[in-house]
This record gives sequence, C-alpha cells and structure tokens, in this order.
Amino acid sequence: MTAGEKKEYWRWQETCWIDESKNWRDAKIITAGIDVGSVSSQAVICVDGELYGYNSMRTGNNSPDSARNAINGVLEKSGMKLEDITYVIGTGYGRVNVPFAHKAITEIACHARGANYMGGNTVRTILDMGGQDCKAIHCDDKGKVTNFLMNDKCAAGTGRGMEVIADLMQIPIAELGPRSFDVDEEPEAVSSTCVVFAKSEALGLLKAGYSKNKVIAAYCQAMAERVVSLIERIGVENDFFITGGIAKNPGVVKRIEKLLGTKAVETKLDSQIAGALGAALFGYTLMQKQGASAKAA
Amino acid sequence: MIANYGYKDGSGEYYISIDTDKCTSCSAGRACLTACPKGMFETITDDYDDEVAAVKQAFRRSLAFDCSDCKPAGGYTSLPCSTACTPGAIKHSW
Ligand code: SF4
Ligand code: SF4
Repeated sequence: MTAGEKKEYWRWQETCWIDESKNWRDAKIITAGIDVGSVSSQAVICVDGELYGYNSMRTGNNSPDSARNAINGVLEKSGMKLEDITYVIGTGYGRVNVPFAHKAITEIACHARGANYMGGNTVRTILDMGGQDCKAIHCDDKGKVTNFLMNDKCAAGTGRGMEVIADLMQIPIAELGPRSFDVDEEPEAVSSTCVVFAKSEALGLLKAGYSKNKVIAAYCQAMAERVVSLIERIGVENDFFITGGIAKNPGVVKRIEKLLGTKAVETKLDSQIAGALGAALFGYTLMQKQGASAKAA
Repeated sequence: MIANYGYKDGSGEYYISIDTDKCTSCSAGRACLTACPKGMFETITDDYDDEVAAVKQAFRRSLAFDCSDCKPAGGYTSLPCSTACTPGAIKHSW
C-alpha cells in the first residue's frame, strides 16, 4: 500500500470456482442463475441440475454490467459461451435488469431452493442475511417457500452494516468474527439498531476505552439480536440454515445460534451463492418440464 | 404460502399476512382489490406461477400510517380488507 492510499477494510474476497471433475460438454441441460444484489452479485452454472461453477463479486454501478461481469468470470474459466447455456434466471434486487435472462424470480424463492440443495431437504428455516435486507423463510422438503418475512426497512443487521464497522475499526471484514470472541467478557450489545447510529455509538465506546474487539463483539451481538427478533416472528423449525454473506461471520452466526438455541447446518459451499444457485436450479426444473428447447438470449 | 408484508420498529410490529394458498382459488372474487380504500392490494403471479394477492411495494414500509384510518383509536371491530376476504386469507398483526 502506498502512502496516502486508502485501505479498503470492508472488501471481502471475491471468488470464481468451477468443478474440474465435471465436463459441461457432456451435459444435456445447462442453466445459470444470476443474483444481482445491492452489495454482491453471483453467477452460478448448473449442469444437469448439479452445481458446476460460480463467480461471486461486488455489485458494480449498474445491474446489467454486474450481471455480465459475474457470468463472464465463470464462462472464461470453463471455456463455455453464453450460447451454451440453455436457460438463465435472474434473481435478487436487480433481477429485472439481467439482459440475458429468460425469467426473473424473487430471491425469497431462490434462497429457499438453494438452501435445500446446500443444506439438504431437511432444511425448514432459512435466514438470509443479505447486503441491505434480511429475510426469514420457511420451506418444505422440496425447497418451496411456505412462509416468509422480510425486513427491508433498514439496513441494520445486514452485510452493509458489517462493512461499515470493518472500515470504522480498520480491521479486514473477514477478521471481525474471530476477533469478536477475543474479549475477556461479553459486552452489552450496541443499543442502536440503525447503521448510522450504531457507527456513532461504536465510536463513543472506543472513546470510552473499549478495545476494538469489544466494540466488534457488541456490534455482532446487536446484529444477532436484531435478526433473531425478526426470525422469531415466524419461528424456527429445524433444520436451520443461514445464507448470505453474514453466514461467513462466526461472530454473528454463533451468537444467533446461542440466542435461538439451535445450530445452523454447516456447508462447504459458499453461503453467498444460495440465491443464484436456487435460480439455476429453478431453470433446470423449468427446462425439464419444457423439454430443453430454449437457449440463452 | 404465508407472505408477511410489513416491518417492526420501535413502536410495534406491523405486518399484513396473506395466506396465498387461499388466493389461488379465491371464492371472494378478488374482493380485497376493491375493498381497501387505499388500494393497497394487487394480484401478482408468484414464483410458483399461482395468481395471488400481495401488498403493493409502496405500502410495505408504512403500514402503521396507511391503515390508521381503518383503525380509529384502536376501536375498530372489523377491517374492510379482512371482512371482504371471506376465505380468511388476510390477517393483521396489530
Ligand atoms: S386476499 Fe382474499 S379476497 Fe384477496 S385474492 Fe386472496 S383470498 Fe381472494
Ligand atoms: S386496514 Fe384498511 S387501509 Fe389497511 S389494508 Fe385493510 S382496508 Fe386497506
């Protein structure tokens, strides 16, 4: 880092991955799901209803470019062309602005379907902690939504709030969770439920002599309490699964588990791809029904 | 599916819940659309291709204010929306 260059502590790791053991050229149906969220965008490709590859990156200035950049990453890595994809479904906040999508489906339905694939068909409750909103979803054994609740009135308790705290503390976002446990005593949660007020409250705590770790712990606890109060309205039925970027933050996840008295199902897959994965799986089911005649627009 | 539209804030929980399974075979002739004086309901085709009622996006963050005329000082006995919806799909949390 050169002098005067500002370090971006909030920046989380962008990932592009393909399953080298699969050969997409042998596939009958290739589908893609594009999740353009307010903070991150993901593209997932499924071959014959199985996850083949994905790209997860930050959402840019506009939805169409973010969608193109996300899919181009997986296409380049796999040697695939957009024309090779049979059907594309857009989801997320920018879902209607995915220029090459055949259909748009809400992220609520897609996250449930993705969680059903990632966590197994025993998953019944999903907490999706996105960049700017938070959703509690119940689903059946096929991943079909039976009940949902969304909080989009305020960004507190979401990924964007965590980014703000990372920058404020000047600690890389991936380190926030582990550092939140490095305290002698668990502090009271930050009392504000608003990102803007939480920021000034966190600053106040630093000035009052709290260590950075203690402030982070207080913020993680506040975030956990906030989402738990949301999810309690529809209740938790096991198995419980968390999707979205915050699922990678153990500081929040472990506190949510403690408050709910239940453990979240673990997955080796990236929790951030759940929506795009669900969209790609929706595409596969649709193509099976229609006899796989469409090609990418 | 139970779809909960609304929010929770410092003053309380404001959710309108619609049991959309009842909407797919609505026996009330989509009465919710005309019953609400604010025109808060619309029909949408949901992600599973069923035609169901939903609360319009514009009202989802301000239900406490939008519904206040129907709930004067908490003394209401019935609400136009839930009265018109004879299948009993609409519930309010407050
Ligand atoms: S809310 Fe009630 S009246 Fe409206 S479509 Fe559904 S069942 Fe019919
Ligand atoms: S309470 Fe009144 S304003 Fe609110 S949804 Fe029902 S009919 Fe509409």
